[in-house]
Amino acid sequence: MKIQVLGSGCPKCKALERNVQEAVANLSAEAEVVKVTDMDDIIDMGVMITPALGIDGDIKIAGKVATVGEIEELIRSGA
Amino acid sequence: MADLSVKKGGGSKGEGAFRAWFGEKQNKVLLLLIALFAALYFIPFSSPKVSGAVNEAFLLLQDYVREHVLLCLVPAFFIAGAIMVFLNQQAVIKYLGPQAPKPVAYGVAAVSGTILAVCSCTVLPLFKGIYKKGSGIGPATAFLYSGPAINILAIILTAKVLGWQLGVARAVGAVVFAVLIGIFMALIFRKEDRQRATNGAMFQHAADDEERGLGKTGIYLLSMIGILVFLNWAAPAEGAGAVWRFLFRWKYLITGGFAALLLYTLIAWFKKDELKSWAGATKDFALQILPLLFIGVLVAGFLLGRPGHTALIPEKWIAGLVGSNSILSNFIASIAGAFMYFATLTEVPIMQGLIGAGMAKGPALALLLAGPSMSLPSLLVIGGELGFKKTAVYVGLVVAMATVTGLLYGTFVG
Repeated sequence: MKIQVLGSGCPKCKALERNVQEAVANLSAEAEVVKVTDMDDIIDMGVMITPALGIDGDIKIAGKVATVGEIEELIRSGA
Repeated sequence: MADLSVKKGGGSKGEGAFRAWFGEKQNKVLLLLIALFAALYFIPFSSPKVSGAVNEAFLLLQDYVREHVLLCLVPAFFIAGAIMVFLNQQAVIKYLGPQAPKPVAYGVAAVSGTILAVCSCTVLPLFKGIYKKGSGIGPATAFLYSGPAINILAIILTAKVLGWQLGVARAVGAVVFAVLIGIFMALIFRKEDRQRATNGAMFQHAADDEERGLGKTGIYLLSMIGILVFLNWAAPAEGAGAVWRFLFRWKYLITGGFAALLLYTLIAWFKKDELKSWAGATKDFALQILPLLFIGVLVAGFLLGRPGHTALIPEKWIAGLVGSNSILSNFIASIAGAFMYFATLTEVPIMQGLIGAGMAKGPALALLLAGPSMSLPSLLVIGGELGFKKTAVYVGLVVAMATVTGLLYGTFVG
């Protein structure tokens, strides 16, 4: 599974990335965490309010820092 | 603003090594320390002029801490946090899509900054999205202009420190400007605007389950705004009407009433998790904005002093440049505002210093209208997106309109 963290590097995007890492570690899931920082790529994925979280190219949560619990939920339902 | 780094093509090896060295965090700290050392070594603190200015800097900062931070900014942070967490931003965005009726798109773009631009890192991606995939260059530039200018924290602090007239003029001016600038941009560049590949799906709003109705969220926000307004209710002028005297006399009681209402909404309608994320967002705002504001206040105090006191810059200079309400004064203020960089909210202490040093009301509004929306770094980013020609037209429109508005305001109000 590929988890994408979309955001140009503002503090909230970093917070989201930390939460994702924590969720992946908690579940010891086989997931690759990718950062998408290029604004054009972010727009092309259909996101305008960062930070956003995508799984395998699908945007799951946009516009807020997802909590560790929410991300774990997403990983479980996706795996 | 988001990523301000300008891409440079093909740097040499030496440049790469330099950048790698500079990218190291510890090395940055080292450079900063060297600069601080040089400043401490060479600044003539014992000269009365400099020591007076340092004194002014801290007196102004104390003034802010005592008068503005606790009663005004802290409630404002809670409001901004609530807007960020509890208002559905996606619901606003649907009015900025390619199919949205144009008048609606312009109107929403001009006022939505209060909801969408509470964090400056969201302005640029939204601008790009609206410009490329949504309702086009008109609403996009309207949003780009008004976003930072009608930021709720900025309006509140302007009204508190510089007076409610200037606060209202700033808010209304920003909205009207945004619509006009957007319409002009769309008219001038209408040919290019037709050749875009829009994407309506991006702006669709999946009607998700609202936790509360909009009415309940409204009452909750209103109770906070009530606390903020009445806590800061100023003493009425001599001979003011009975209503004003009554409101001032009972302001703490009215504030208490709103506080009770807020408490009720929190207990009755909110879950614990939601309150937690509200507190988190509020804390983020405070952490993000207060350090910059304090530095801005110190710099403003050091250079300009408190109102009625002189610091480093002689008042003659300011009065000479922008002390009257002439066309030239307004134009100078607009140009200066367009290229100067203000970190969030720091425009307020700087304006306070300038007005205290003799700046007229008209140029002050001109600077506030042209200033926070634009700066040299943000113009570079916008230039990369829109191209030189469109950026130049945008800057020209803003400067011209700010000049005229300052002139009118100075004539009729100032």
